[in-house]
Amino acid sequence: MSEQAVEGTPKKPFNVTSIVIWVVVIGVLGLAAFGLVRNTTARPEPGEKAPEFHMTFFDGYTWDGKTSAELADLQGKVVVLNFWASWCGPCRVEADLLEQASRNYAGQDVVFVGIAYSDVEPNSKAYLQEFDITYPNAPDLGTSISDDYDITGVPETFFIDRDGMIYDFHFGPIDAVKLNSVIERMLADGG
Amino acid sequence: MKTSRITLYILLLIVIMLMALPVFAQDSDTTTITDDQVNEVAKEVYCPVCESTPLDVCETQACADWRELIRTKLANGESQQDIFDYFAEQYGDRVLATPPARGLNWLIWTWPFIALIGGAYIFVRLLRGMRRAAVGEASPTTTSVDSPSPTVEADDYVNRIEKELRGEQDKL
Repeated sequence: MSEQAVEGTPKKPFNVTSIVIWVVVIGVLGLAAFGLVRNTTARPEPGEKAPEFHMTFFDGYTWDGKTSAELADLQGKVVVLNFWASWCGPCRVEADLLEQASRNYAGQDVVFVGIAYSDVEPNSKAYLQEFDITYPNAPDLGTSISDDYDITGVPETFFIDRDGMIYDFHFGPIDAVKLNSVIERMLADGG
Repeated sequence: MKTSRITLYILLLIVIMLMALPVFAQDSDTTTITDDQVNEVAKEVYCPVCESTPLDVCETQACADWRELIRTKLANGESQQDIFDYFAEQYGDRVLATPPARGLNWLIWTWPFIALIGGAYIFVRLLRGMRRAAVGEASPTTTSVDSPSPTVEADDYVNRIEKELRGEQDKL
């Protein structure tokens, strides 16, 4: 009797049921992965590139004669990026300080920028008027800027160096010592 | 003479009343919007600060401000959809309880239906398979004891036995 190689069971062709199952499984996993990626935007840390953004200033505010700007336009300057809202109590604590500092550092290549987070426009404008804020401020349309910076509340302040890198970050209302010391260090570092 | 003066006063009064009308109308419009009307829209919008809290039951100042904004917009004659569009543009789609079906949001809208249809198809196939198996078990076996087994596993088993027997014969 000749030996015959034993062959395995013949493979079934790929049937519709298995295709449907795979489509469902891949779809569910894809959605889960998409959700994870969306929710894991991390706050940019010092030394990391500051996320690019575009802002259209509130009426009456300009920077370099323009009513809108991008972060790239501010390259070469020290940027103090402050997130605030009119409904935020702690924001009121630092509002005068930020305005005063922006005036003190005017002409020293330091730019203050305010971003109103989830605020109602008339209230934002009233807030800016109340604190006589002169540095450029803009609403965060679609909360895209606060999403990219992954802010967890207001106020939060990011310090961005001349190369567009995050230099420092402050959570909560900032005080004069921290604000001035970080700006002085950035100016001294040439950063 | 006296009649014409009275007519003049009346005309003046009418003009003053007409001038005051827009201001009065604005005030009355805003105040005529009830909390229920505001909440009808607010319950479809989510708080920007606290997670998963509809605007109509939210206690924060941010939500109070947003409810006032809704009241003002309703008073201006804007429809619910106009207000939802405004909120989506200003604060992002995620503040809406029902995100608009555009961009990646399409996935949220279409995927449940695809999953449902796929699930139903798999379920029907499984049911058919189970029914076929039940029918197969119920039918009498037609294979005799002498007939060779049709399965490859059985062939393999027979081959191994034959091989071992041959080995025994060689030894003898």
